[in-house]
Amino acid sequence: MVPTPLVAASRQRRLVSGDRVFRVIAYGAAGLVMLIAVIFIVALVVPALPAITKFGLGFFVTRTWDPVRGEFGALTPIYGTLVTSAIALLIAFPIGLGAALFLAEDARLSLLRSPLSFLIELLAGIPSVVIGLWAFFILVPLMRDKVDPFLNHTLGFLPLFRGTPSGYGFLTAGLVLAIMVLPIMIALSRDVIRAVPRELREASLALGATNAETIWSVILPYARVGITGAILLSLGRALGETIAVTMVIGNSVQISASLFASGYTLPSVIANEFTEANGNVYLGSLFYLGVVLVLITIVVNVLARLLIWRFSGSSRAAV
Amino acid sequence: MSLPLVRLLIDRVVVALVVLCVMVAAIPVLVLFLFVIIKGLPGILTPGFFTDSPHPQGVPGGGVLNAIIGTLEIVGIGSLLAVPVGALIGIFLSEYGRNQVGDTVRFISDVLTGLPSIAFGILGYTVVVLTTHHFSALSGSIALAVLMLPVILRATETALLLVPNTLREAGLALGAARWRVTLEIVVPAALGGIVTGALLAMARAAGETAPLLFTAFGNDIVQTNPLQPMGALALTVFHNALVPYPNLQDQAWGAALLLVIMVAATNILARVYVRRIER
Repeated sequence: MVPTPLVAASRQRRLVSGDRVFRVIAYGAAGLVMLIAVIFIVALVVPALPAITKFGLGFFVTRTWDPVRGEFGALTPIYGTLVTSAIALLIAFPIGLGAALFLAEDARLSLLRSPLSFLIELLAGIPSVVIGLWAFFILVPLMRDKVDPFLNHTLGFLPLFRGTPSGYGFLTAGLVLAIMVLPIMIALSRDVIRAVPRELREASLALGATNAETIWSVILPYARVGITGAILLSLGRALGETIAVTMVIGNSVQISASLFASGYTLPSVIANEFTEANGNVYLGSLFYLGVVLVLITIVVNVLARLLIWRFSGSSRAAV
Repeated sequence: MSLPLVRLLIDRVVVALVVLCVMVAAIPVLVLFLFVIIKGLPGILTPGFFTDSPHPQGVPGGGVLNAIIGTLEIVGIGSLLAVPVGALIGIFLSEYGRNQVGDTVRFISDVLTGLPSIAFGILGYTVVVLTTHHFSALSGSIALAVLMLPVILRATETALLLVPNTLREAGLALGAARWRVTLEIVVPAALGGIVTGALLAMARAAGETAPLLFTAFGNDIVQTNPLQPMGALALTVFHNALVPYPNLQDQAWGAALLLVIMVAATNILARVYVRRIER
């Protein structure tokens, strides 16, 4: 006896063909992502070609940025980007790590924990132009009148803190960036520290170690790789931040040892000069800067993710 | 136990430092909010803030109607482009993506997440502005759509993966085709996560300035045609901050406050929605 098929042949065919169509659509969407990636690369690199062929790799070691003479080099904005990001991490790393330890570890003042987490999440959601506005009107005068003169007075023997403070410049931009990367730094380090196995902590405390000793000799060594990843992701954010930095760095083409001096970063050159750039070489140089910026951020981000994945094993970091 | 007092002292100092770090991290947020509210309220309460276009520089009064409409329209069109595509890619990743193709898509999405926002502006400029020869709201929407895409597709994938496999198996066992199981059982079950991802992406896009600088460009008159240059709140904040006229600076603060309120409201909406779905 032939068993009656559960699903009629025609219906089965329809089911299969429907699946095939859906599969094609889904794969088409995936193909679209790859297409976007290709378009992105073409859209960045092709307009940069006039500058790439003209300046080549010498672009990276040229300090001049002179639209009038048509001479362009990336050294000044690269310097500005690295200095401001370095300042940002020097400030945000210790504070962020400390805050993360508190949020992940400390049982005292636990009432404060969730409002503090909420505050820091809020900070992450504030548009960068709003932070820029605040920095422009509030932070810049504060730096000019109070902080910079104080640093100049006490640490003026270092070339870093010489010169007349205008309020604009590397230090202010670095401080703004520090505020902006703090939420990432805190959230990621907190997750990494929470992932340290409880038994390790308890073993250390049971052996008579104090909280501080447990942090120093158990938690931090275990979380080192993940925290490095957090630092790199923060760096990636700092390198690419555009608007807030553009509003406070002073936007002038110079390399100066003084942190009070105004400067330029890769994104702020692009933001400032893109609409007024005339000629293939000028516009091409701005695109070339864009290519450099994108390459740097991709390298930093990929490295960061590899570290965080290595730390958290197969589970992906929620970023 | 050697030197118990020193060890105790160090411990206390470290704990104090940790608490200090939290306070230092929280201060900028509080100060920021305080100033945005104090300085933004006079701007928002100026008559005409919501109903007028900006007046020329030096002429008192004026509002940001052009920018409010612009932000809503640019982000709206961007979302119309990004949400369906992003959700579809998320469906691909969770239902078909356990392979090389899926890993490639995830990698590209991660790279896009980490790119500086100005890079999306460059993309919109080259792809749309250079080919149509003028700035337009649409180029800004496209730039924002690409920026939103990774957020939406990751949220969708995560939400779909949380749907228990037994649900899928039950659907298949009842004789439904896989695409119907996906669209009629799995996606509705994960809708909360997908909507949340879309809302968060919209909130992020509404606050972005850099992708709009040389795409939507800005426009002082009310413009609703997406093929023309258009204003946006973020652009108003950026441009008016740098102008030496008090009424325009007040507008910048007002626009900043409005932007923060919009972003916060969208975030809260997302959270409330998640809670309602979870219940």
